[in-house]
Amino acid sequence: MTSSLFFNITTIAYFAAMVVFILYLTAKNKTIGLVATLVCWAGFAANTVAIGLRWYEAYAMGYEQAPLSNLYESIVFFAWSILLIYLIFDLKYKQRAVGAFVVPFAFAGMIWAQWSLDATIQPLVPALQSNWLTYHVFTCFIGYAAFAMACGVSIMYLIKVGKEEHAAEESPIGGILGMFPSVKILDDLNYKAIMVGFPMLTLGIITGAAWANYAWGTYWSWDPKETWSLIVWFIYAAFLHARFTRGWVGRRAAWLSIFGFAATIFCYLGVNLVLSGLHSYGG
Amino acid sequence: MSKEKSFTDQLWDFFCSLKLAIMTLLVLALTSIIGTVIEQNLAQQEYLQKYGMSEGTFRVLDALQFFDMYHSWWFLSLMGLFAVNLICCSIKRLPRIIKIVNEPVLVADDGLFRTFSNREEIVTADSLESVRDKAAALLGKRFAAPVITEQDGKIHLFSQKGAYSRFGVYVTHSSILIIFLGAMIGNVWGYKAYINIVEGSSINQVWPRVGKEPIPIGFDLRCDDFEVTFYDGGGRPKDFTSELVVLKDGQEILKKTIEVNDPLSYGGLTFYQSSYGPAGDPTFKFRVRERATGETVEVSAVQGRHVELPGGRSFAVNQFAPSYDKFGPAAQIHVNSADGTHGNPFILLKNFPEFDERRGGDYIFTLLEHQQRYYTGLQVAKDPGVWVVWLGCLLIVLGSMSAFFLSHRRLWVQIQPLDKGVGVKFGGNAHRNQPAFALFFDELKKELNDALTS
Ligand code: HEM
Repeated sequence: MTSSLFFNITTIAYFAAMVVFILYLTAKNKTIGLVATLVCWAGFAANTVAIGLRWYEAYAMGYEQAPLSNLYESIVFFAWSILLIYLIFDLKYKQRAVGAFVVPFAFAGMIWAQWSLDATIQPLVPALQSNWLTYHVFTCFIGYAAFAMACGVSIMYLIKVGKEEHAAEESPIGGILGMFPSVKILDDLNYKAIMVGFPMLTLGIITGAAWANYAWGTYWSWDPKETWSLIVWFIYAAFLHARFTRGWVGRRAAWLSIFGFAATIFCYLGVNLVLSGLHSYGG
Repeated sequence: MSKEKSFTDQLWDFFCSLKLAIMTLLVLALTSIIGTVIEQNLAQQEYLQKYGMSEGTFRVLDALQFFDMYHSWWFLSLMGLFAVNLICCSIKRLPRIIKIVNEPVLVADDGLFRTFSNREEIVTADSLESVRDKAAALLGKRFAAPVITEQDGKIHLFSQKGAYSRFGVYVTHSSILIIFLGAMIGNVWGYKAYINIVEGSSINQVWPRVGKEPIPIGFDLRCDDFEVTFYDGGGRPKDFTSELVVLKDGQEILKKTIEVNDPLSYGGLTFYQSSYGPAGDPTFKFRVRERATGETVEVSAVQGRHVELPGGRSFAVNQFAPSYDKFGPAAQIHVNSADGTHGNPFILLKNFPEFDERRGGDYIFTLLEHQQRYYTGLQVAKDPGVWVVWLGCLLIVLGSMSAFFLSHRRLWVQIQPLDKGVGVKFGGNAHRNQPAFALFFDELKKELNDALTS
């Protein structure tokens, strides 16, 4: 049993979960919603096992490193984080329909990793051999995953609120949109997810700074990756403060959240693939 | 009071406003992108070549300080505006918060009750005192012991929890200012420098990144040994380590083997392993057997210099690799023919002593030993502000955790005699996480109803 088998299972499970979620929205059947969630749990379990096995495989090859050393490993860990955050929110708020808009992010990551990324286990260069790597990546990714959740919820918000305004006053919205949580709940979930993501990103930036200081003697050097994480942090700080001034909730908040996640993705991938800098584990 | 606000009041309101904060945050986010797209602090020539810029474009961007934007006047001004905004906003709001925490409203009148979204009214046949005691007991048991005030024939109960969480936001905000302060201390009193030390030698000054004069460090730093190890199967370095010794007046004070991610700190300075390189040419020891005679000799050689062999010929080492592909240390050498012309170069592998036998040359070489003196490249940092920055970071984490996850919850009870029986008003609010508070309030409301009407 190898990690790659379990990564395949993970990918298939996330795909299946997506399909079942869509089925749930169209069929409006609670049992189907439960099945979708169970498939998510199964995929999450497979993802966990796969990462664990890969960790072990690296050890067996003589590399003492957490499986966070290249783009492939980081993407599958990102998928894992998204599911972790989604499942926690599902346990707490039980809004099944949200899965249809969050799980696709995890699936997209997995399929990209499986299809076109180099999955060989490589040793870490000396600069990355540190426990700080694990703390840093873990906190950042939980933050990113919470932002993915917020983004999914915001997309739902914008779809629903647009229809709600066009719909005739007297008829409540039916169809698939009827299965969405109310716009009030969506708005609140957006805020809640960012409330989890923001402190995590803060911790991620701080652990990154601490590590940089420890390894290079500078906690901040305005390298593109650092700067982009600060940009993301600024955007979500603006989001949080926007909640206190009228006119910035609802639609604008949803756009800010989507915008924030776009910046997050650029910070995570764009910087490695487009710009250059210290964090060049993408190759 | 006139409606017209004075200019200073308007200015004050501007600097206190949250809108300014949101705008500044977004403008900071947007402008920060520039420095990630244009590589910072290159030489003019590099910009012209790398980005295909015309001289004119270069001059405009240079005037805008886009080539060192994070230290430009406009970016620092934005940061300054941000800090001023934060300070003004806090100054404006803090007195109100202190008042809420220190002088809680113990007596809620009907007007205040109407503002609560969580409220309940109960009428009971119980006596005033009995209602008071039951309500006080319930609050004490399920929430927090109440303050009881009797006024105008009515009895008022007030309990609160988490009042101090109101300060969480201020901790978060001041921590940002603390981080700014730490960064400024580091900029003014700290420096970054580098130094190369050849194995076996010592230094007592370092070279700053900016500026030309070396900075004396007040002690000696000696490198006793440097070592680099490689991953199997290539030249990827696995680890490099330097044995460093701190000496003061000739006395050894501190000894540490540093490596990447594990620096040496002494006297406010930190020395980080950052690079290495060869110091002088490597030296070797070979065993050479003449095929024809079987005669064997051991010879020493320095890279690049010819060494005599028995029989009048000579050889020299061209190159050396400490880790050649999968094969470990390797030397490339050549043998001169008798008339002095260079022969074809060939490779010797230290881990495969018999390898050269098969080449079929007149001499069979075995690489016995090799030695390369290295210099170790260290980065040196002095940053007296770093602890202030870490303090700020700690506070920002604690502050934002408390700002997000704790809330100030308050409950009021008003008990008044009616024509028949006693009227009880019960209400409360939380300054954050209202849904959770509403659930708690509903439970408490039921329990209060049960206690008073049964
Ligand atoms: C990047 C910098 C900043 C960070 C990380 C930050 C962080 C926070 C956090 C975590 C909260 C609590 C949010 C919540 O309860 O949902 C908050 C609230 C607030 N912030 Fe900031 N803040 C920043 C900058 C500013 C600035 C520049 C101002 C200036 C006006 C400001 C004014 C406020 C106000 C008025 C509140 C509401 C306080 C309350 O709950 O009574 N913040 N901030």
